[in-house]
Amino acid sequence: MLRARPSSTSRAQTRRGDQQQVRGPVPAWVLALVPAAFLLVFFAWPVANILARGASTDGLVLLARPQTWRIVEFTIVQAVLSTVLTVLVAMPGAYVLNRYAIRGRRVLIALVTVPFVLPTVVVGLAFRALLPADWIGSLAVILLAHVFFNYAVVVRIVGGLWGQLDPRYMQAARSLGATPWQGFRTVTWPLLRPAVLAAAALVFLFTFTSFGVVLVLGGPTTTTLEVEIFLRTAELLDLPGAAVLAVLQMLMLAVVLLVAARLQAGTSVAQRLRVPSARSLTRPRTPGQRALLGTVLGSILVLLVLPLAALVARSVRVRDGWGLTYWRALGSIDAGTTRFAPPLDSIRVSLQYAVVTAALAVLVGGLAACAVAYAGRAGRVLDAAVMLPLGTSAVTVGFGLLIAFARAPLDLRGTWVMVPLAHTLVAVPLVLRAVLPVLRSIDPRLRQVAATLGARPVRAWASVDLPLLRRALVVGAGFAFAVSMGEFGATAFLARSDTPTLPVQVVRLLSRPGEIPYGAAMALATVLMVVTAGAVLGAEALQGRGQAGR
Amino acid sequence: MSGPVPGSERVVAALALREVCVGYGERAVLDRVWLDVAPGQVVTLLGPSGSGKSTLLQVIAGLLVPDRGQVLWDGHDLTAVPAHRRGFGLVFQDALLFPHLDVAGNVGYGLGVAGIGRAQASARVAELLDLVALGGYGGRSVTTLSGGEAQRVALARALAPAPRLLLLDEPFGALDRELRDRLAVDVRALLHQLGTPALHVTHDLAEAELVGDRVVHLADLARPV
Repeated sequence: MLRARPSSTSRAQTRRGDQQQVRGPVPAWVLALVPAAFLLVFFAWPVANILARGASTDGLVLLARPQTWRIVEFTIVQAVLSTVLTVLVAMPGAYVLNRYAIRGRRVLIALVTVPFVLPTVVVGLAFRALLPADWIGSLAVILLAHVFFNYAVVVRIVGGLWGQLDPRYMQAARSLGATPWQGFRTVTWPLLRPAVLAAAALVFLFTFTSFGVVLVLGGPTTTTLEVEIFLRTAELLDLPGAAVLAVLQMLMLAVVLLVAARLQAGTSVAQRLRVPSARSLTRPRTPGQRALLGTVLGSILVLLVLPLAALVARSVRVRDGWGLTYWRALGSIDAGTTRFAPPLDSIRVSLQYAVVTAALAVLVGGLAACAVAYAGRAGRVLDAAVMLPLGTSAVTVGFGLLIAFARAPLDLRGTWVMVPLAHTLVAVPLVLRAVLPVLRSIDPRLRQVAATLGARPVRAWASVDLPLLRRALVVGAGFAFAVSMGEFGATAFLARSDTPTLPVQVVRLLSRPGEIPYGAAMALATVLMVVTAGAVLGAEALQGRGQAGR
Repeated sequence: MSGPVPGSERVVAALALREVCVGYGERAVLDRVWLDVAPGQVVTLLGPSGSGKSTLLQVIAGLLVPDRGQVLWDGHDLTAVPAHRRGFGLVFQDALLFPHLDVAGNVGYGLGVAGIGRAQASARVAELLDLVALGGYGGRSVTTLSGGEAQRVALARALAPAPRLLLLDEPFGALDRELRDRLAVDVRALLHQLGTPALHVTHDLAEAELVGDRVVHLADLARPV
């Protein structure tokens, strides 16, 4: 009871925040300077470069080739199928994991989140390890991997709402004569629809720009725009062509996002949410409920756990039984770098980039969060701008940085800073989302008290707000760290050939012939899986504890 | 539905609870509850918050399966009958109107799922809105209603399918004193006019005396040995 009260006052404050703006210790525009400059230089400028390149005639001939439109068609078809399939497969999971009182429910939710935080390269390799070789390159495998990857998106977004939906809506419907199915169709579904659409839009976005998964699992006829942009740049050295495709993809993404926003605006209804308590969880008792629970747990086991287990197993499965041959090879095998660098080295490289990224992202994202929180209406513009790189394909971000900083005034070609800069662009939105809600929930009167006690504005902020934000900042740093460890799309363009990151090294090993590099790729992917999953689950556990304590 | 339970024929009751037990985890919320509601009677169940009143209503409505015990209607065991086939209306403390439907859509909800034709349903909706003194409110969005209006719409919604029993779960708890007393008197008159038996739970003694023909304390419901 005591815990419930502070959260309800904080909600009241958020609502009041619309009318009565909370002021920061310094003007909001000062806070916004660093994030705005960062976005302009490292996001807007590269994208503008791509647009300029794409307008040239050299690239436009690509649009006349039927092959281009076959790739566009496949990109759309696989994204639509992946989205529909993911929603269908994950909806029962969203319900069961958020509505049933099952032992270890939180652990289960964390477990289904693991695939989503895994680097796409690891996902691709997990399915390679699980499935027979002649399946690779088929549409079915790509769809399976996309369901694996995005299952958590639906469980989190739809399930999050479903778990908070007051169960008495359904009870009211049942007492009025609705069967369980009628109740779902006429009450639960209309209330869930905005969340389902939001989740579907995200899954579509992720699968439309799917890169690592398709690069590892796709074939000649099953390739996406994202992969084609990469191949044109990295292998065919056709920069104008790549720019045209990148512009085409940006336009299509813009249309998708607009349609999604329109659909969601039309359906959102003010609804009564309820903080979940042990009582609103049902204990599965009837045979039907038990069957549903069994189906969901079974599908999680087969679809999510099995591929990961196969990955680990494949890394220790040598020709004559089990052994650590591939793991030992990590320290010695030549992965085809210009200067000899054993795969193990990439762990150190990735860790360094991840630490730099986490620091940069916390600085830029933290300042952005403060600016958004204290700027009122104008803050929304910055909020949207910061989120933009997340909606842009990673390959476009990497490609843009590559062509924008290849000449004066800022020639960064071949310098190590390019990689953490790209990672920071993707990580800043996550830091913002971790920090902003906490920042908004801080009672402004606390700082007023500090002021009446003689603290000057900045001092009051640093002694009151900052300590309360510390946990959120650490959480954001954890997410940024994990993103940096696993990021592949942009890194593939920017990593120096003698200092590859973990995911880049995995793909390089994969492209080399022979048993040993293949097994070593599995072993290195296992390392990557453990590090990223550890970082994200650690951050989540911290965040969960923060919410419970507030 | 099974035949009359042996030994229950002599009971003159529409609704009868026999030894109903529910436990959440280790804690027993309802322990051997025993209660009768006669035809046409309005029974008020009085008890402090957290004493299991809402749980009891959920068991009667068929929304929660009791760990032990029986819910009988006219002597027939309802344990295996799902909520939507029991014909028991339920009104919550906070009206809990469906936010995606307008007032008429809410009141007509039970008629819709029962497959009643549109013309007939809208006549019935109008009739019920008149009954709760909200004639002409059909097209209103539920978010524009005051607390008292919302509660009356919830009442009309529960009464529309002509339930054989009405369950009222602290129906006026969210309203201020004056409104609460006025609505309590109205509801009592309405239930007697319709002849619908009702089980009304509250923690408010004044409200209990305004609504119930008979007031019982939840604590006294364990089976007399």
